[in-house]
Amino acid sequence: MAVSKIYPDAKAALAGLLHDGMTIMSGGFGLCGIPSVLIEAIRDSGVKNLTVVSNNAGIDDVGLGLLLKTRQIKKMISSYVGENKTFAEQYLAGELEIEFNPQGTLAERIRAGGAGVPAFFTRTGAGTDVAKGKEEREFDGKKYVMEKGLRADLSVIHAWKGDTEGNLVYRMSARNFNPVMATAGNVTVVQVEHLVEAGELDPDHIVTPGIFVQRIVHPASIDKRIEQRTTRPKT
Amino acid sequence: MAWTRDQMAARAGKELKDGFYVNLGIGIPTLVANHVPPGISVQFHSENGMLGMGPFPFEGEEDPDLINAGKQTVTVLPTTSFFDSATSFAMIRGGHIQISILGALQVAENGDLANWAIPGKMVKGMGGAMDLVAGVPRVVVLMEHTAGGKAKILKTCNLPLTGAGVVNLIITDLGVFEVARPGLTLIDIAPEVTIDEIKSKTEAGFTVSPELQKRTAA
Repeated sequence: MAVSKIYPDAKAALAGLLHDGMTIMSGGFGLCGIPSVLIEAIRDSGVKNLTVVSNNAGIDDVGLGLLLKTRQIKKMISSYVGENKTFAEQYLAGELEIEFNPQGTLAERIRAGGAGVPAFFTRTGAGTDVAKGKEEREFDGKKYVMEKGLRADLSVIHAWKGDTEGNLVYRMSARNFNPVMATAGNVTVVQVEHLVEAGELDPDHIVTPGIFVQRIVHPASIDKRIEQRTTRPKT
Repeated sequence: MAWTRDQMAARAGKELKDGFYVNLGIGIPTLVANHVPPGISVQFHSENGMLGMGPFPFEGEEDPDLINAGKQTVTVLPTTSFFDSATSFAMIRGGHIQISILGALQVAENGDLANWAIPGKMVKGMGGAMDLVAGVPRVVVLMEHTAGGKAKILKTCNLPLTGAGVVNLIITDLGVFEVARPGLTLIDIAPEVTIDEIKSKTEAGFTVSPELQKRTAA
């Protein structure tokens, strides 16, 4: 019988995977689809000098904001960190490194890394500071910038449903960076809202095949926050 | 009289054509969703992985799993689809989105755009803006004509660029410029605003379209 991918809690799911100075990819967009329970367990482990690849940096008390507060992060690779005051303070004080990547370049670097593609050329950033120090090449009269594939020691992600094989499906816009990050971690750990037996998900609907997922945790509850609550009046 | 934010958004709405896939930036561009011309149908794209973005939800119906790229709660439509971030930017970079309408800090007469950073001050990041201006064939800037009395339409941008030579149309509260490459052409003007006023508030040089010349001379 195969080794089970199911772990009883987030701490157990991360046991043996964390070390100082490592690179971690963390899924989500804003606070949507973030691996919140796994981030809390990373905080509790005390691991430090982390390089974290994530589109955003959470807000002050939620998501990656927790790891910024405890100063466990040395460097962020992100596209937008505007919602986090702690981030701005630490960055302006020179205590935190940031590598800004255009969002599509970040997504494609992760996709490439996961797919074994070492580098690719993109129009994005040509003629801007983003291209500085990078190889540029012309194709059909247009300038392109070379960007490198990105991998991580560990990817932590969030999914809506997972089965015991690690096949995953996501819910609405909580999908975002999670499927690509699943492919680019040397080890990928997922927190799922619902855990089902293999065979219960329609194979035609699986977004992340279980080959990309090594460990699964099914927390009793996952606190999902809304960053900008916008509504319209009932007419 | 300068256009209001809603009038600016309505002017930008005229750039939409039936069947377009459209990406709107944060700020005034968001208002364009309220000004889709009657009789046409467009789908709004959101960088975080959604096509066919619906309006804000009714109070009590917000869902933390359903947000737009501005992190605001939204709703689904019958046409909606969801996808991952790499696919989302394949749509953008691959030229599948017809038009991008976004804000700016500065635009230069050669179509250079700066809208993501103020060195030493603003450290937020570019998000998807660089990919949008590099990959979407038609880029429309929607912004106030000046900021704190300073011109935003310049000979050369002095803030870090989002894209080089990428802007096609500039809509401000005072008028509309086509980026003709080389140079800007003023093609529309807000009521009671004069060409001289626009000249005094624009660092870049521009020509006036024959049609607008006729209109303002009349």
